[in-house]
Amino acid sequence: MTLLADAFTVIAVSAGALLFLAGTIGLLRFPDTLSRLHALSKADNLGLGLIVLGLLPQAGSLSGGLKLVCVWLLAQLSAATASQLIAGRIHRRKSGS
Amino acid sequence: MAQLFDLALVIWLIALAVHITMARTDQNAIIAFIAFGLLLGLGWVQLSAFDVALTEIAIGAGVTGILLLSAEAHMRKARTSTKATGTKIAKAEASTTGTVSKATTIDEGRRIGAVGVITTAIACAAVTVGLGFAVLLLPNPAPTLAPAAAAALDATGLGNPVTAVLLAYRALDTLLEKVVLLLALVGVWSLAPDRLWDGAPALRPAEVPEPLAYLARVLPPFGVLIAVYMFWVGADAPGGTFQAGTVLAAMWLIVMIAGLRQPPDTALKTLRLLLVGGPALFLAVGLIGFIIADGFLAYPEAIAKPLILVIEAALTLSIGVTLAMLVAGPAQKAREP
Repeated sequence: MTLLADAFTVIAVSAGALLFLAGTIGLLRFPDTLSRLHALSKADNLGLGLIVLGLLPQAGSLSGGLKLVCVWLLAQLSAATASQLIAGRIHRRKSGS
Repeated sequence: MAQLFDLALVIWLIALAVHITMARTDQNAIIAFIAFGLLLGLGWVQLSAFDVALTEIAIGAGVTGILLLSAEAHMRKARTSTKATGTKIAKAEASTTGTVSKATTIDEGRRIGAVGVITTAIACAAVTVGLGFAVLLLPNPAPTLAPAAAAALDATGLGNPVTAVLLAYRALDTLLEKVVLLLALVGVWSLAPDRLWDGAPALRPAEVPEPLAYLARVLPPFGVLIAVYMFWVGADAPGGTFQAGTVLAAMWLIVMIAGLRQPPDTALKTLRLLLVGGPALFLAVGLIGFIIADGFLAYPEAIAKPLILVIEAALTLSIGVTLAMLVAGPAQKAREP
């Protein structure tokens, strides 16, 4: 059973790390700010979500697991807001000029 | 494997530090500095110094970052306005006398020049070499007070040796630290013009984006809960007044920036009581120590933990308000009668 949980952790965390890598490459390579934001939010939301999901079986207690989920939800909220703010600023700058 | 990670972290930190010094604009340098603080926090985690890691991320990256960013914004505004007037004067001069004015030199005053750069580089290198020597020359095992700190932990009733050091063994340092914060705030407030002295700082941008207003409504309840948790858990686990106070400050700031609540007048009695409350209570308990315990800042063993918790609660509030007001800056609006 622990073997299964460990295997799940390894797979999910690796997938999350891969998404972060892909997101970083996108951040570095994509041509404009909006598509860079798009790459970043994939890493932030799905990547972090997968890592948290993978770590859940390793959490020692229920409250530990809940804290992990809270970290993901709070990161989601702040990342979504920050992306919206940056995108809105670009939008206004474009329509303003 | 862990060593590989440490090595990568060290290389990353050094590369980022070099990047900060080489960054073309101040804004880029500050943003890199914030990232540096986060990475440095990771480094402290690797050293198992979780309290330091939390403080580094909260104060070193968070509060210092936003203070630097707002200072940079102010400087840029001031510079562009002097530049604008400078070119205006230059044009006027050129039209009247037909000569080219030296308006372009205005901007150069802020650069430190080649001599300054070399001096700074030498000073930085000297500090680095000195630190390297200090670390290499440490006796093995390095001198440590950790066993003594752990042995006396029972007398304080606390479970976190870091909190014991901060609030019991070296309480004087902590008290002075809080007073320094207040002095910094007095310094910031003093930048307000005389007629605005007791007025309120202005934080709200001309137009608040909808997502920011949403975040300012949703986040603060969680943030306050997290701050209370960090303060409460600080007695027995990593956490404490500074980290909790920073989170409180951040929550208040986001509410003020989104315009949901106005920044208070700096003359407001409640505000000033909150600011002074923590250090004042700390000082009062310290003085009572002469009567009920062995001396200044000593606690009677039986009620050491509750006393420390009460002081920490008041300090958390004071730090939160102080940091928020530091970021809010000097008064910009006259007091409403």
